[in-house]
Amino acid sequence: MRFVFKTSYAQDLGLFRDPVQRNWYAGLFLAALGLPLLVPAYLPDLSLVFIYGLCGLSLMVLAGYTGLVSLGHAAFLGIGAYTHVYVVQDLGLPWILGLVLAALLSAAVSMLVGVPALRMTGVYLTIATLAFALIIQEVFTQWDRVTGGLKGKPVDKPVIFGISFAKDTAFFFLCLAFLILGLWLTSNLLRSPTGRAWVSIRDSEIAAQSMGVNLAAYKTLAFAYSAGLMGVAGALFSHKIGFLAPDIFSVLLSIQFLLMVVVGGLGSLHGAVFGAVFVAMLPVGISQARDAVPALFSQPFAVLGKPVVNAVFLVLDRFVKQPGLEPGIFGLILVLVILFEPLGIYGRWAKLKLYFSIFPLYKRATFRRQRAYMRSERLR
Amino acid sequence: MQILQLVISGIAQGCIYGLIALGFVLIYKATETVSFAQGELMMLGAFCGLVLMTLLGFPYWLAVPSAIVAMALFGAVAERLIIRPILGQPAFAMVMLTIGVGYVVRGLVTMIPVIGTETHTLPVPYKDAVLRLGGLVLNVEQMVVIGVTAMLCLVLFALFRYSKVGIAMQASSQNQLAAYYMGIPVKLVFSLIWAISAGVAAIAGVLLAPVSLIDTNLGFIGLKAFAAAVLGGFGSIPGSLVGGLTIGLIEMFSGAYLPHGVKDVAAYVVLLVVLAIRPQGMFGTVGRKKV
Repeated sequence: MRFVFKTSYAQDLGLFRDPVQRNWYAGLFLAALGLPLLVPAYLPDLSLVFIYGLCGLSLMVLAGYTGLVSLGHAAFLGIGAYTHVYVVQDLGLPWILGLVLAALLSAAVSMLVGVPALRMTGVYLTIATLAFALIIQEVFTQWDRVTGGLKGKPVDKPVIFGISFAKDTAFFFLCLAFLILGLWLTSNLLRSPTGRAWVSIRDSEIAAQSMGVNLAAYKTLAFAYSAGLMGVAGALFSHKIGFLAPDIFSVLLSIQFLLMVVVGGLGSLHGAVFGAVFVAMLPVGISQARDAVPALFSQPFAVLGKPVVNAVFLVLDRFVKQPGLEPGIFGLILVLVILFEPLGIYGRWAKLKLYFSIFPLYKRATFRRQRAYMRSERLR
Repeated sequence: MQILQLVISGIAQGCIYGLIALGFVLIYKATETVSFAQGELMMLGAFCGLVLMTLLGFPYWLAVPSAIVAMALFGAVAERLIIRPILGQPAFAMVMLTIGVGYVVRGLVTMIPVIGTETHTLPVPYKDAVLRLGGLVLNVEQMVVIGVTAMLCLVLFALFRYSKVGIAMQASSQNQLAAYYMGIPVKLVFSLIWAISAGVAAIAGVLLAPVSLIDTNLGFIGLKAFAAAVLGGFGSIPGSLVGGLTIGLIEMFSGAYLPHGVKDVAAYVVLLVVLAIRPQGMFGTVGRKKV
């Protein structure tokens, strides 16, 4: 177990806790830079991981740090994506301006829905954002002069200041740069007074208010910042998928974002990234399993003869090619995580780290959470 | 005459929303949490009825009660295995958990060979029957929906208002620990309420099946039922019915008189407006904040 003794203010203000931590992150950064050489086949998936990382970051600020759970973030992603594509392709403005406008418009719309939403608490807010997302999706469908409607809208490859990012490798680095920028900005914001105010709102609104935190202002700010990040992610996402259609930005995508922050671990930026890796790579894993599982699991039956192997192969093959398998697995993982590891992947990681750093002294009780048997919200 | 026809269709559609909203409200009333899996439970109920009638060859009058009982059992088992372990954790965990359960249910139904990926109709005996009343053409399917919903609401309202079980449910909603100390078997009450709620969902599914088609996306109607529940004031049984009817009527009329596309989002617009102006809904009680 290491203790960090802080001897100067500069040390306290630094982004990293100590040189050891800084070196670890530097190593991680180098590893990320090396990925195109190591796994060139997976580059498109990795770009998606980074874009989802931005989305996770956005929802983490709102749900994990401010305690406002939104089921409508796909709408902000959509607003960002459509704004960006409209500004860049239809109006012919520079790429970077499209990105900025995407973030700004997304944030503005979020304030529109956020201000009435401030009167609501808990589940009501979740339902309101859900309704909002469904309305926005219909707007995407009907407003076909701008969005292309149900026919969809093809998206060109990004060209920034005359440099083309059409290649997978280039786009990979673009997404990585935006993710790191987002992480840096957010982690700095979270240790500023703003971030502390958000956390205090999450932990107890009443306590926060009594300490002089302006609830309405900080909640709106959290909403706007989160939606702005989502707008940036949307701009990148539009290039990633190459074709915009209203049904991409459905409730199911919003649920996937929420799944991301829950599985990653609420209340940590690491969790947002872990969740993004998980959600973006799971479909890749499932599609690979689709090819591998039937052959692999029919092999042990070889002792029973060829026909048995073939029969098992066919049954397994039909099973893994079922269309409902993927949402089913997503749901199952969500249920299992909430039941057995409410702190998510990051929680597991923190436990492992603590286990090794205080080796023989680890106690399970360290992470046990107190249960609060609910009292009526109506009486609170 | 066209307006009257619209009103009746709206009421019938509204009854379905009301029934699903009733499922939310029951669970909210007893456990103070919101279940996002209600729409999927309704879908499962409809499929349950379908399998009983077409594959096992049950007659209609036997298939419906069996489907309801089966779903009630499913609800109780799901409560015991999945919901109870997270009792006492933040409400958000419950939201995510029920979303997850909904996903799993939809995935599993889709994976049933042959049945899961297609659309079906439920062969009910009163299919396409029509009642003529003066110049009015009444669809029997819609009449059945309205009648059953009204009856069910009355029964459940009486259960909560007058029976001992209902009062125990209200008590465990207000303060689980205090109710437990008073000798109320809180866990049993929760199992019971999930069973009732799943049963109501099954009824909604079986009623909706003849009017609309059955497929795995049937559950998305649950989203509109949220609007009904919020409009009526979460936690009020008559409120859910009135909210459902209002949403149904608004939808029918906006479909007839407003531009294309408004019909699909009318319910959500109403939901947002209600939440912004009067969050406690029509029948909800105003809570006061205590520190």
